[in-house]
Amino acid sequence: MTQHGFYYDATRCTGCKTCQLACSDRYDLPTSYFYRHVFEYSGGDWKTEADGTVTTDAFVYHTSVSCNHCDDATCVKVCPTGAMHKDGETGIVEVDSNKCIGCGYCVMSCPYNAPTVDRDKGHSVKCDGCHARVSEGKKPICVEACSTRALEFGPIEELRKEYKGDADVAPLPSPEYTKPNLVIKKCVRSKASDDKSGTLSNRWEVM
Amino acid sequence: MSALESNISRRSFVKTTGALGALAAIGGTVATTGSLFGMKPATANAQSEEKVIWTHCAVNCGSCCALQVHMQDGAIKYVESDNTGSDEFGETQIRACLRGRSIRRWLQSPDRLNFPLKRKEGTKRGEGIYEQITWEEALDTIASEMKRIREKYGNEAMTVHYSSGVCSGQIQSNPVKRLMGMSGGYLNYYGTYSSAHILAAGTYTYGGGTYGSSFLTLQDDQLVVLFGNSPADTRMGGASHTYDFAVMREKKNVKVIIIDVRMNSSLANQGGEWIPIRPGTDGALVAGLAHVLIKENLVDEEFLHKYCVGYDEQTLPEGAPANSSYKDYVLGKGKDKTEKTPAWASKITQIPEQRIIDLAHEMAEAKHCYIGQGYGCQRHSNGEIAARAIMVLPQLLGQVGKPGTSDGRREGNSNIKLAMMPTGTNPVQANLPVYEWPNAIKDGKSLTSLNAGLQKADRLSSSIKFIFNYAGNCLTNQHSDINATHELLQDESLCEFIVTSEVFMTDSAKYSDIILPDLTSQEQISITKNGYADNIEAVIYGQPLYEAPFERRGIYEVCCELAKRLNIYDEFSDGGKTREDWMKKLYADLQAVDPLVPSLEDGIKMGVYKRQPKPLVALEAFIADPEANKLPTESGKIQIYSEKLAKFAETWELAEDEVISAIPEFDPGFDSYVNLTDKYPLLITGFHTRAHTHSSYSTNPILQAANSHQAWINPADAKARGIEDGETIRVFNEQGEIRIMAKVTPLIIPGVVAVPQGKWHDADMKGDKVDHGGCINTITRYRPSPLAKANPQHSNIGQIAKL
Repeated sequence: MTQHGFYYDATRCTGCKTCQLACSDRYDLPTSYFYRHVFEYSGGDWKTEADGTVTTDAFVYHTSVSCNHCDDATCVKVCPTGAMHKDGETGIVEVDSNKCIGCGYCVMSCPYNAPTVDRDKGHSVKCDGCHARVSEGKKPICVEACSTRALEFGPIEELRKEYKGDADVAPLPSPEYTKPNLVIKKCVRSKASDDKSGTLSNRWEVM
Repeated sequence: MSALESNISRRSFVKTTGALGALAAIGGTVATTGSLFGMKPATANAQSEEKVIWTHCAVNCGSCCALQVHMQDGAIKYVESDNTGSDEFGETQIRACLRGRSIRRWLQSPDRLNFPLKRKEGTKRGEGIYEQITWEEALDTIASEMKRIREKYGNEAMTVHYSSGVCSGQIQSNPVKRLMGMSGGYLNYYGTYSSAHILAAGTYTYGGGTYGSSFLTLQDDQLVVLFGNSPADTRMGGASHTYDFAVMREKKNVKVIIIDVRMNSSLANQGGEWIPIRPGTDGALVAGLAHVLIKENLVDEEFLHKYCVGYDEQTLPEGAPANSSYKDYVLGKGKDKTEKTPAWASKITQIPEQRIIDLAHEMAEAKHCYIGQGYGCQRHSNGEIAARAIMVLPQLLGQVGKPGTSDGRREGNSNIKLAMMPTGTNPVQANLPVYEWPNAIKDGKSLTSLNAGLQKADRLSSSIKFIFNYAGNCLTNQHSDINATHELLQDESLCEFIVTSEVFMTDSAKYSDIILPDLTSQEQISITKNGYADNIEAVIYGQPLYEAPFERRGIYEVCCELAKRLNIYDEFSDGGKTREDWMKKLYADLQAVDPLVPSLEDGIKMGVYKRQPKPLVALEAFIADPEANKLPTESGKIQIYSEKLAKFAETWELAEDEVISAIPEFDPGFDSYVNLTDKYPLLITGFHTRAHTHSSYSTNPILQAANSHQAWINPADAKARGIEDGETIRVFNEQGEIRIMAKVTPLIIPGVVAVPQGKWHDADMKGDKVDHGGCINTITRYRPSPLAKANPQHSNIGQIAKL
């Protein structure tokens, strides 16, 4: 098996969500969920002096995340029917819609908010790395859409060798939990997963 | 592999990509040729063949990106963008942003206008009650009203309203202007709701224009200082300034400082320093910086004396009063006798004194310092004078006219010179500031050059009685003070007839007597140049996606029909030209002056033609030889002191709190921090969100699902009012009240509330008029600025409260 995964260049991203909307359009997703999310993590305090001047250490950065096709995928582990599985050739985590009963365990277990149960379809849905598209020699649509060329997809070993970096970035969980196949080039504002100085500040858009 | 969501017909997909030619390897070096996963057998249930059609986004975001629309069975299946070429600069893929990528749901929305509509008899404008009529009735009514009103009130009673819903391509609103011009003329406007203040500032400082140098001229390890600007928010898309700036920051290791009310998206992942500033006080910061530079002999006097007028006594124009130079103003020798020390500026801007001193030193020490501004600083009650002040900074430093510098204006751009359909000659000369139209509806004859900035006429001969509104939402939604404007437009004794051609029932459309269902640019042939960028100049050859559904009609064809009824068809259509004929003619005109562009036939096959322009250095020729290349100003030089403005200051009718000044001094303007009260203790400002372009796409549900419409509030202001992140709050002032979700965030300076502009107004106008849509213009005041007579939509005072 050649495990595939994503590379994300946090130094380039502007948080624009084109990746997310290109994906939504390609797969005609309803407005109730997305396969890819852009998390906004921000924090900092303000100080107002007696003379009315102000200073701050405010910070903000974005992280674009889809399914990370984890080595230790909790969604696969908790799936009671075996519907959620890793593809034997690519390591992509996929849903067998014939087996899925829509119980939602995968949704509850995933720390990246990747799968959703589409009640209209009656089963779980999620990013499959644009499997069909990639089979045609293209990149996933999010990768080809990115305005600042901050996304890449491919065999994870190649990506790790080329770009270095792990997924230890707040507000994502520590990568030790699920071993995500996600390489992040950290930006000047990036903070580690265990950082407590900020919060997920756009939860209305990503949850 | 399970089917999951990927019900793609692989067979047809292969055919499609074959038709498009070789696909580029995209992104980093890991990009592999061929297939990553290996070919899999095609799915059995192959659908009918997919077709790919090139078109482009056409709204007024400043960019204009390529779209490749995948069509199947006459409907849009999904949208790709530009994936051609190497993606190196010069072949940069003109990748659409989230908005262009979501155009399928906008085009195919069930809310599109499909038939001509007439306001139902007995209802008032703004109620939005319409009945379907035939095209014959619609066109006959419009033509007869045009004739009636023109005959009764004269040509200056007729106007084409400012609009920007279709902002790319060669047609836009030009057929309407051509029709109105050839049928007798119409009242002109100058300026735009985007940039009227900075245009005035550019005119009196440099002799015109709002653009400075390209980001591509940036040098190694240099400093960039931007005022009220965020390319990442306002110049989106994959070949636009957002990409230029991102690449150059990385390549050149540029230090970026942005002075803004919000920590905007150009200050997020890409780093840079945010200097938070109180809205509308940029001019004071400039004066404080100038004080440090002058006192410490850090100004480039040689530059100032050679290229500029009015820095000090030495270059003041003859007849200028004593002590009226910019230097005298800064050092406290001018008429206000106030020294503009960093401590003085600090109290106004809320920026610590030491930070102002340090910033001045950083700028002076930088070998190359690029100083620019966006449109944020200028969309204020003091916008024109503030924009001029920012332009002074690079002049003081002599950081103008060489690579790595700019001139205090917005980042420059290059374009292929593809012309638009000619509007013909307008017999009416009178030219009114774009924002003055409500006053011209109320009492046009009272407007003069001295009280309303009227140009090319001393006064108007009539009030506005007929409005043709093409693809514009500036009657209410994008204009100011919707509640007051509602009253104005409802009064049919004032403006007697309003016709709108639109694709959706916008708030402005609801004030029309007749509404025409327009075709979008994607539903017609549309050849366009790309938007603001400096890494690329391009032509996109858009073809119609499908046959016009329902009774929608393009504006050119509509105007042809009206021209027939007005007996000017031959002249209007230049001997019977169709929209396609115009495209061909205008493209042939381009080929005559630009032999590098491909033939139209080849262009259409390619879908997009791209090449790399030479990066622009603002004022390069003038700096190289100021005698041979004089600026189109009164003095031929850069005007820190403008004699024209000195004259305006003496002659124009201004209120006590309105300032026009020969030099770019600081003036807080009205509805500014000096006007705050216990009742209205907060400054309320607008900003450009990514969820829509002005009001275009505001009702595309997928964009809104990904982007909450939220007012940004500092935690201190929220806490004082018990407001929590995510709750719906009231934002209100004398003009009205909106309801909007709160975003409690440290990314905004305390004392300020920022509302994304462009969301659709949604209020019971017969009842409480509370706007549940969260349109900022429910609470903006209608009051033109002193010089440009332009929109001060970022200058508002108000209050917020829990529901």
